Amino acid sequence: MLPQTQNVESAAASAPIFERPTDSFLSQFARTNLEVFQRDRLALAGLIILTFFVLVAILAPVIAPYDPLQVIEEDGIWLSNEKPAPEYPLGTTNLGRDIFSQLVFGSRAALLVGFSAAIAVSVIGTVVGLLAGYYGGWVDTILMRLADIAFGIPFLPFIIVLAAFMEPNIWNVVIAMSLLLWRDTGRVIRSQVLVIKEQAFVSAARVSGASNLRIIFMYIAPSILPLSFLYGSLAIGWSILTEASVSFLGFGDPNVVSWGFMLQDAFNSQALSRGAFYWIIPPGVCIMLTVMAGFFIGRGYEEVLFPRLRRM
Amino acid sequence: MRRGLWLYIGGRLLQSLLVLWVVVTILFLLFRLAPGNPLTAYIDTTFGEEQQTALMARFGLDRPLHEQYLIYLGNLLRGDLGDSFRYGGTVVDQIMEVLPNTLYLTLTSLVAAYLVGVIGGIFMAARRGTRTEKVGIIFTLMTRAAPEFWIGMILLAVFAFKLRWFPSSGTAAAGTIYSSEIEKLLSPDFWQHMILPTFTLALYLHGLPLLLMRSNMLEVMDQDFITMGRLAGYSERRLMIRHAARNALLPVMTALTLGVGYSIGGNVVIENVFAWPGLGRLLVRAVTTSDYPLAQGAFFIIAVIIVILNFFADVVYGLLDPRVGSSDQAKAS
Repeated sequence: MLPQTQNVESAAASAPIFERPTDSFLSQFARTNLEVFQRDRLALAGLIILTFFVLVAILAPVIAPYDPLQVIEEDGIWLSNEKPAPEYPLGTTNLGRDIFSQLVFGSRAALLVGFSAAIAVSVIGTVVGLLAGYYGGWVDTILMRLADIAFGIPFLPFIIVLAAFMEPNIWNVVIAMSLLLWRDTGRVIRSQVLVIKEQAFVSAARVSGASNLRIIFMYIAPSILPLSFLYGSLAIGWSILTEASVSFLGFGDPNVVSWGFMLQDAFNSQALSRGAFYWIIPPGVCIMLTVMAGFFIGRGYEEVLFPRLRRM
Repeated sequence: MRRGLWLYIGGRLLQSLLVLWVVVTILFLLFRLAPGNPLTAYIDTTFGEEQQTALMARFGLDRPLHEQYLIYLGNLLRGDLGDSFRYGGTVVDQIMEVLPNTLYLTLTSLVAAYLVGVIGGIFMAARRGTRTEKVGIIFTLMTRAAPEFWIGMILLAVFAFKLRWFPSSGTAAAGTIYSSEIEKLLSPDFWQHMILPTFTLALYLHGLPLLLMRSNMLEVMDQDFITMGRLAGYSERRLMIRHAARNALLPVMTALTLGVGYSIGGNVVIENVFAWPGLGRLLVRAVTTSDYPLAQGAFFIIAVIIVILNFFADVVYGLLDPRVGSSDQAKAS
């Protein structure tokens, strides 16, 4: 098996410390999370950024002065390509739509894609990793060959083709991404399960007659959960970036205003040659911030998981 | 050479072929999803009757699905990817025309990115715990978090449209036709067109080797042989560059091999921002214009490149890691 090289935001080589889950699963879980955000200021910053965008997404209709697709008119004339002004803080698009309102509503698409893909990726990856690592044998062979195949399929081309052939909507993009992105998570979790299942508390459980499924989900899963969180938070970033790319290439949902959609609109409306930076810069900054938030949180989990790195 | 190593390489080769076969099968089924009747994957409505019948026979489109599949595999083995709907000529010709552009862009960017990344990673490791390192890491994470096409757009707006230092699209000034690839590579105009897309791609790609190199360096600097060196009185600088960096470099090289494959597949976005006539742009245009044979062909070539390079990465890994193919192989896998 090759070393993981795809997600080097988590480039960690040393083995994490696994503890037997002494107290209840939930309190241990809460403690890990608390530790992540107490220890690491960047992870805390990531959490704050994400919370900010979640609030913006929820309050979008209150914050945004216009509907994102509404054409602003004055005396029956479209106000297209207006420069920033008090009524439209970031100017208007060439179809006379308010850029600021689009930016606010764009957070909804990004978070929807980011969180749903992250959940799908970490759930699939964790289950695959647990089963492959614990059972070994043919289960392992089949699941890991599936991962090899997922690694052999060109990621963005696959999503573009699938998005083009199916109805262009956000969920199809999420499904297409989840079909491939579990591969990293699955491999890493499998290799950690291989380590954990040799530990005394697992053998003890087996000797005392616990069923396989009970061992997997009650004993092993809690120990690798932070690792699923690590890959989940990275997946938030990857999926938001991917959705933006797909929308930018024109295969996104035409009825959903996402930040990628805004950039595509700007690109196709000659915003570049006009030097309309108030249109080009903000959506990219928002994408970058949300993706970085995911990376920061991922690094936080990593530092708790791989304490060796912290010392360095 | 170790006998076990040959077994390992042979095993990986078989496995790669298996992966390729499954990917090709997925591709076959995927393009049966194309809107319209299944024949749309090969036959455009604008084709004449005769051409249609000829194509039907060539791809066996009048036969049941499983026979079509066998014919499809046979055609792939013979290198026949069909004809393009929009641009005329065979898909293979179309792909061969743009493939060099993708390779120039990808390879130049990768070399630049890995040089900067490796040196940057050593530098970061040397500055561990300092403010410089913290700022540097945040900057690197920013380059990985920013959408590549957005960086490209900003560079275009500033350097191509505002300052007019660089051209905004394509590989050559309008009207230029190169008679050969050599002539293209010797033309200063071509390189001027290359600068912005290469910089954009390299900026994105440098993060991976940098972060990898940094963490490998920190790992290696902790090992006994470095401590021994320290006791022997070697300078920290000498230890880092002559001893640690060599060891830390190996995983980065594996990443580079994988990186070639992934960036050829991922170049799609950058090629579209800069209207760079490569494989990724060809794919997007083919999908947009429902040129299914061309889209399928471009996808196939990208997949082949990825699978081949994944295989090379495995081989490089096997050659570099002495545990592979030796008696305790189990530990290495």
